[in-house]
This record gives sequence, structure tokens and C-alpha cells, in this order.
Amino acid sequence: MERIDAHPTHLFKGHKIRPGKPYPFGATLVPGGVNFSIFSHHADYCVLLLFEKGAPEPYAVIPFRGMFSKVGTNEPEWADFRIGKVFTMTILDLDHENIEYGYRMDGSSYPRAKHGEPGIYRFDPSQILMDPYAKSIGGRDAWGVVPDKSDPYQHRSRIVFDDFDWEGDRPPELPIEDLVIYEAHVRGFTRHASSGIKSSMAGTFTGLREKIPYLKELGINCIELMPIFEFDEFEHSKYDEASGKWVKMNYWGYSTVGFFAPKAGFAATGRIGDGTMVADELKTMIKELHRNDIEVILDVVFNHTAEGNEYGPIISYCGIDNPTYYMLTPEGYYYNFSGTGNTLNCNNPIVRNMVLDALRFWVAEYHIDGFRFDLASILSRDPFGAPMANPPLLEALAFDPVLGKCKLIAEAWDAGGLYQVGSFPAYGRWAEWNGKSRDTYRRFLKGDCGMAGAMSQIIQGSPNLYRGRGATASINFITCHDGFTLYDTVSYNNKHNSANLEDNRDGANDNNSWNCGWEGETEDPAINALRRRQIKNAVSMLMVSQGVPMILQGDEVGCTKYGNNNTYCHDNELNWLDWTLVEKNYDLFRFFKHIIALRHAHPILRNGCHLRNQDWKGTGYADITWHGTQAWHADWNGNVIAFMLNGSYVKEGYDEDDFIYVAMNMHWDALPFDMPMLPPEYQWLLSVNTSMPSPEDIFPPGQERILDNQQSMLVGGRSVAILLGRKKQS
Amino acid sequence: MSLKTILEMTAGGVAKIQLKGKLDAGTADDFQERIEEAAGHKAQRIALLLEGLTFMASAGLRTLIFAKQKMGATVDIYVIGAQTQVIETLEMTGLNHSVVIRDIYDPAEIEKV
Repeated sequence: MERIDAHPTHLFKGHKIRPGKPYPFGATLVPGGVNFSIFSHHADYCVLLLFEKGAPEPYAVIPFRGMFSKVGTNEPEWADFRIGKVFTMTILDLDHENIEYGYRMDGSSYPRAKHGEPGIYRFDPSQILMDPYAKSIGGRDAWGVVPDKSDPYQHRSRIVFDDFDWEGDRPPELPIEDLVIYEAHVRGFTRHASSGIKSSMAGTFTGLREKIPYLKELGINCIELMPIFEFDEFEHSKYDEASGKWVKMNYWGYSTVGFFAPKAGFAATGRIGDGTMVADELKTMIKELHRNDIEVILDVVFNHTAEGNEYGPIISYCGIDNPTYYMLTPEGYYYNFSGTGNTLNCNNPIVRNMVLDALRFWVAEYHIDGFRFDLASILSRDPFGAPMANPPLLEALAFDPVLGKCKLIAEAWDAGGLYQVGSFPAYGRWAEWNGKSRDTYRRFLKGDCGMAGAMSQIIQGSPNLYRGRGATASINFITCHDGFTLYDTVSYNNKHNSANLEDNRDGANDNNSWNCGWEGETEDPAINALRRRQIKNAVSMLMVSQGVPMILQGDEVGCTKYGNNNTYCHDNELNWLDWTLVEKNYDLFRFFKHIIALRHAHPILRNGCHLRNQDWKGTGYADITWHGTQAWHADWNGNVIAFMLNGSYVKEGYDEDDFIYVAMNMHWDALPFDMPMLPPEYQWLLSVNTSMPSPEDIFPPGQERILDNQQSMLVGGRSVAILLGRKKQS
Repeated sequence: MSLKTILEMTAGGVAKIQLKGKLDAGTADDFQERIEEAAGHKAQRIALLLEGLTFMASAGLRTLIFAKQKMGATVDIYVIGAQTQVIETLEMTGLNHSVVIRDIYDPAEIEKV
């Protein structure tokens, strides 16, 4: 039976039109056509523009209100395709795969702010506006292709199919405490010539897919991708006449153009200019990651957009409804809690719904497993910037049914000084990037005295910060994209950011790093050996801590950025993973593999709840006990700490594991450590000793070495030793 | 440029489908019809002769996936003589793992059912 809703009611210059449906917002394929729907609280004028892909001029301009022709009689008829404050119409018989669309808007009742001047309303009917709900965005289809700045429509809304064949893919739904997160940049992961990926696919979703066996070998079960929403790598970029190259690219991508569209420049298929295949390519990558039991977390940036402040471009949001989408002062200046010019008005109900719609879309359509929210504290601010006691967006995200099994991770601070590590409004769901754990790890690693107490909290998953929320509220990390790499943390005392062309003023100054005696590269074998040991110490500390560990792409092979701790603007070797390091620093890679495997093999390292420091099952040993060079005597003022985990307390006592004893000696000299005495049927086996050169630094699972001396062991200066207390085999 | 499709069934049950032009949303239905036809003939294998196919959009990829599903896991799909752009598209989207890519139609291999 033929459906009536595939028939037009009106015509406009040959285009067949029906009244649209307000929900969902955006452009949606419906029987026989495309439903367009866009909200603006203040606009009273809106026209839809249809383009052939890439064409500078629209081939159709269709008003939402005006004189149309009535189908059948061809008589003129006034029509207003608007429901409430939503402009919506369905256009039939569109070649939707080959078009782009945009809008022009105006609000005649409101004053228009001039470019560069403050103002509440930024309507400009000369501008073509991108759909905030665009599922695909053209204009930056291939990475690094210099855009035509004279194009009147730079970021162009496109329509995509949503009929990808997932072949039964289901998210792995791994318990969060079991994750080992790998923070990666899609382009940086395989762009380097050494990646072995075909040049046409290097630096793309396809390239990353080809490297899944590497992640698998390393033991990664969750990849956290730096921003993959459409952004403009040429935003604020500069052309350097001397080198003939573009410098200061927006490489990291923390500046969203559209919240529903994947970055076309990250897709090998983006170059085809088709748009819809970008989605297919990304979905294929996710499907393949899931087949390998690797979850995908997206780093999402909802705190601001690429439109900047009053000097920025009108791309979409500010031209559609400036005071709805952005936090504004009464004078019409942009509040700038993001440090980038504007702040998205996240707790406005319209914007809140857009954020929810976007995240639901990524979960339902792309099978995403979780999100890390950049500068998430902004999401807890009200429209005037004040922190809210009960921020509705964070609550809505925590209780949203579609996001019900997603990991939600907050970067619990913002550029406006709101620091909420340990106090982020969590609603029983949110985890946090534990910035305090990063600082503590680093200070203890470099040998600061008096850090043992703080380390003991981090080792337990920071119960001092997250009591009642469990250890999994803490995402532990020592390095991330922002700051030094791990190699640089042990090779530089100071940042060296001159390549950023900001006179070394940018980037953090409080790095808590130590160069091991020489600033930067050196041929000194003793210093290089110490640095390698420090890297191994660092990842050992991370992997034996309760909570959820995260490592930075390339740390496992000793990647360096030569002391630059803020490489946001470099599309070059500073950010591209050099795959020759896998062979060159194979001992590090091997060590990372082992220590990650150790974590996976021992559930006592991965409790969801905090340990109690009590023997509440009556086993003779508390779940965790604290020691120093002498068993049972921790020195909280020094730079040494040891602890023992009781394997009877796995998963609140419902499972069994070995005892695990970890001695961390960050003193410069070797020290003898007395181990606690085990039950008679148990013995100590050596799993890790970072003071030993490779390959004697690790003993793979099942091949651990029984210690000759079961009472005491010498732990080298600046070293970590990990022992397993296991039942003797009869 | 539109798409031209020709279906030929061999005596051994191979459906040879020749595609010329562009395979996109506007033309994918033609291709799908040939697949349906091949299924009606109970084809044992499908050989897509793509020497003349200059472009494949996502709608074309979807039709290939449809073909895999329609014909069942036991029916191999051969992609013959595809141009570089088409092969790269298959590789980028991972479909190269679901089909057999060959430069030329070799009856000894393909018709040996």
C-alpha cells in the first residue's frame, strides 16, 4: 500500500514539500524524502538551502514561510512550516546522497551584533549556517587540504544513511575496573611513515583498525580516542613563508564544529568527498575493535565550540540562537570558562537535550562504549557560570537509559578555576580523571620525601577522594595528551615549548618531573638506564593501583616530544607515533606487556570497591597491609613504601587470588626489604624487579621465580619489586 | 553517469554481474535487482566484473553487504578487475575481508564449484 506521507502537499519552484515533523532535529530520511527540522528560540526567518556536494551556490532556496503552490491545483497558498519554535518541512524526491544543506536565519525583532562587537544576538542572514544536528559535515573532507576561505559555506551539513551492517556487534560491556585504557589520537597513531600503513590510509580510522593486533598484544582493552567530532585543523593555523608549511595546526581537535559528525579528515574515505562512507569506515573500526574485546571511549568536547568569541566565525550555533547556545554576560560578551573564547550553555534545556541527543546517537549509531568529557566542570555551571549544586545535565547523563551502560568519565576541572577532583557531582555514575593521582605518582617517582602517605591513598584507588563511590571512580594516570610523555617526565625538568611559537609561555609549569641528571637527550648510559628504570617504575605503580589505569599512546615504547608539554598545534613527528621505537625500545614494550598482563591475571589488583584495611573475613591478614623496609612498619615520611594485598579479598571476598607484595624503593640506594610472613603453605615468587636489566626484570605469568630467601630481598635504588605469594605445589 | 548492469548465469551456477559506471545511491537499486535475480537462479557463486566501474559510494558498499547476506555465507563473492579506487574503498571499509578480490576472471578457479 502506498503511504500518504510520501506525497507532497505543496510545491516550491518544482520542489515537493510536506509539513515536517519537529523531532528528531536535523535531517532525517523518511519515506520518499528528507525531513528537515531546526530549532531557534529567537529567529523568525529561516530558509533551507540545498547544494550539490561542494557547489558554492545553492541550487534551491526554500523558505519555511511564504507563498507556495498547492499540489493538484497549482494555486498559490501561504504556508508556514513551523511548529512552535521549530522550523520543519519534508522535501520529497531528493538525491540525498549527493546534496548538502544549510540554513539562513534572521530575527527581525532583535538587534544584530556586528562582528567583533559584543551582542546577545548574532543573526546574519547573509551567513549560511550548518545544522547543529548534521550527521556528516563536508568542507574539510581530507586532512590538511587547505580550505578555500572564499567559500561562503565552510562547514556543510550532509545526510547519511544509518543502515550499517553491524553483523551482530554488541559492546563488550567490560566492568570498568577491568579496563586498561590507552589514550590515542587517530591521526597520530598511524601517520608516521614507519607505521607500515599504506600512505592513503595512514593516520585514519582504517589505519587504526590495521593496528588492532598491536593493541591486543599490549593487553589494551579500551581505547580512548582524542576528539573525533568534526573540527577544523586549520582553525587559527598559520602559514610560515620561510618553511613553506602550515604551522600551528589545530591538531588535537579540542574545538568542535559539529557534535554529531565524525571528523572526515580522520577517514581514508573522507578524501572521496562522499561523506557517508566516513561513518561506515568509523563503524567498521569500532566493530573490529569490539570483535577483539576492546572498548571505545570518545573524548568529547561539550564545553565550547569552534565559533570562538565575538571575533570568531559564524558557523552554526551563534547564528541560529546565540543566547541559547552560549553563556553570555549581560553586555553580550562570551563567558570564557573554556579558555578558548566561548562556553557552551550546557544547562540550558535546549543545549542539554542536544548534548544528550548527541551522546545517545553515538551510543546507538556508533556503538560507543563510553565518554571522557573535556573540562567537564563547565557542565556543572549555570547559564551565568556559577557552579550548580545539582547540575541537571550531569544528572540527566548519569540516569539516561540509552547511556545506561556507558562509562562516563569527567575531566573534573575547567579553565575558569573550578577544580572538582573528588567532588564532581557523580550521581553514582561518573568516574574522574584523577589529576591528584598523576601529581602524586610523579612526585613519589622522582623521590620526593613525605609522599608515602599520599601514595597509599592512590594505591587504594583514592578512598580519601572517592569514599562511597568506589575505587572505579578514579581513572589513574601519570601521563596524558596534555603534558609530558612518560619518557619526557623522566628526561626533562622543564618544558621546552619553543616550537609552539609562544615564547615557552604556554603549557603547564608544575610538571613534577625529573630529568635523572641531564636535561634532554644524552649518551650517558647510566642516565639512560635510570630513565628506563623510572619508566618501568612508573607503569608498575600505575598497574598495581586500585582504580582504572590509563596510559598514553607511545609511552610503552618511550615516545618523546623533546620536552614539549603542549603539542596541541603540531601535525608532525612531535605527535606522530614513531613505530621504529617498538623495536628500538623493545624492552620497554615487553615490560608494559608484562605488567598489563599481570594486572589482568590478578583480580586482587582490580577491586571495584575500596579495600577496608581490615581482616573482616578472619583470614589472618587484612585485605591490604602497609610496610616499609621492615615488614609491618611503614615509614610515611620517607620515599619508600611497600604493601601486601590479600588474595582472599578479591571482589569483596567472593573470589580468590595470590597474595601480592609490592616494594617501591624511590630512595637512590638499594635497600633490604623484609617481606611479611605468609601462611606456611605459601611461598614468595618474583614477578617483577625493575632494578634488573631486561630480560631479567620480569618473569611471565606461570614462570615466576621462587625466591631463595623467603624473608627478605634487596630492592635496588629507584626500583619496584612485585612478589606473588602463592600456595606451594605439592 | 548511470550504472549499467548485466547478469549472466554460467552453466556451473556462477552469476556473472557486469557493472559499468557509478555505483551510488541513485543506481544501487539496479545492482540490488541483479543480486535478487542471481539469488532467484540459486547462484553458487557471484562474480562481479568491475572493470568498468569508476566509482563506488557507500550505497554500493551496502549493496555488497546485502549480497553477502542474501546469498548466505556459503556463496563466495568474487570482485574481478576492480579499479584502484574501488579496491581502496573496499579496503578502507574492511569489506575486502568479506569478498575475494581478483584481477581477472579465472574460470578454473571460480567455476570450480
